[in-house]
Amino acid sequence: MSQRTPLFEQHIKAGGKMVDFAGWEMPIHYGSQIEEHHQVRNDAGMFDVSHMAVLDFEGPGVKDFLRHLLANDVARLTTPGKALYSCMLNERGGVIDDLIVYFMNPTWYRMVVNAGTRVKDLAWMRQQARGFDLTIRERTDLAMIAVQGPKARDKVHQALGKNIDAARALKPFFGVLCGDERGELMVASTGYTGEDGYEIMLPAPQAASTWQALIKAGVKPTGLGARDTLRLEAGMNLYGQDMNEDVTPLESGLTWTVAFEPAARDFIGRAALDAQRAAGVAHKLVGLILEDRGVLRAHQKVVTAAGDGEITSGSFSPTLGKSIALARIPAAASGNCQVEIRGKLLAARIVKYPFARNGQACID
Amino acid sequence: MSNIPSELKYTKSHEWVRVEDDGTLTVGITDHAQGLLGDMVFVELPEVESNFAGGEECAVVESVKAASDVYCPVAGEVIAINEELADAPETANQDPYGNGWIFRLQPEDAHELDDLLDAEAYTDLVAAEAH
Repeated sequence: MSQRTPLFEQHIKAGGKMVDFAGWEMPIHYGSQIEEHHQVRNDAGMFDVSHMAVLDFEGPGVKDFLRHLLANDVARLTTPGKALYSCMLNERGGVIDDLIVYFMNPTWYRMVVNAGTRVKDLAWMRQQARGFDLTIRERTDLAMIAVQGPKARDKVHQALGKNIDAARALKPFFGVLCGDERGELMVASTGYTGEDGYEIMLPAPQAASTWQALIKAGVKPTGLGARDTLRLEAGMNLYGQDMNEDVTPLESGLTWTVAFEPAARDFIGRAALDAQRAAGVAHKLVGLILEDRGVLRAHQKVVTAAGDGEITSGSFSPTLGKSIALARIPAAASGNCQVEIRGKLLAARIVKYPFARNGQACID
Repeated sequence: MSNIPSELKYTKSHEWVRVEDDGTLTVGITDHAQGLLGDMVFVELPEVESNFAGGEECAVVESVKAASDVYCPVAGEVIAINEELADAPETANQDPYGNGWIFRLQPEDAHELDDLLDAEAYTDLVAAEAH
């Protein structure tokens, strides 16, 4: 039996085409995925991301625990509200999940993890938390709405009024609590589209009225389909597709998210990553643009002068009007390559991503 | 509810077939199929004069979301293809039974058409898939 978010009725009302996503009934689109994509790049769109898990970590041992648990270092967070993107690794350096962690205060951090990995994440975290003085609380009482696009912030303020005024001053990748007597509300300048905007965590009973207020302010409902093409254009990895427990961040374009300094910090997976760095990382994650006609898709074979690789995510880029992909290929490969599609080798180009951000194409 | 014109024939794999006055067949994908696939971004057309068996893969339609095979409804030879789909694949979304046609076929044996679904049977099929 699949689960429904507090916004399920709103999706039906907006004409959402519902599909199963990690055990949740979620809207893939509300009519046209491509129009929804452009709406976010050029104006403002909103996503129901209530299926994602919000976790609160509280207690005197929380900082030490997260410095052990995560490949990025929460000690870098010194200003309340500051957010950090990190991978959570196994002992082999493989990625159990990618997540965002917010520093709320010295004894409270908040984390948002993927819907499909929620159960295994919690089991892993609880196992690792033995010996640390903290509690882990799953906030199933909260819903989450991501409003993204160049006009997203203005329209959110128009819709939600004065009680979120504190969010106006947010720099990128910060969150702020704006709650009142009606309950807890957190507004964060984070997202998964390559556009400015907010992610709003709010009490589930207020989700539907907030969604309606955002529609009145001109924010259009946007489905998971457009969320996928937006994040792909922005060069953001999707867990389970671009990385998993069998690859490390160093092979996934995420070396920048691993805090190797200070050298004394013994996070889970560190020994494996140190060994991989010393031996040389054999693969890298790159962008591909298809020069021939067709559509790049996950698992297609990539043929380069330095050896074969594989596409991890591929689709059509509405912003570029071409097919694009992320691919894991030999570290020495560059320039032109070929992709095997239905038995034919088609011409493609290896590029640095992102492909598009802030309403603009980043590649010719 | 998707549009299912009564004068056409259909396959279980969601192609539509129009029998033209000269006995040739025009083939496309149904309104229901284009709705499921979503925004079309690429159509791989068969080659003219190529021959296919009934039920054989002969073209591919790709939406942003997924690639989907198009099956030849009955055995025959491709006599024309809709080259406009190369530059405007979205035509298959906007006008699936008109300008969104994919290819025309000279059937080997007109009797094979009897095995295709009529509009009523196809409507039942679509309704059954929704449950």
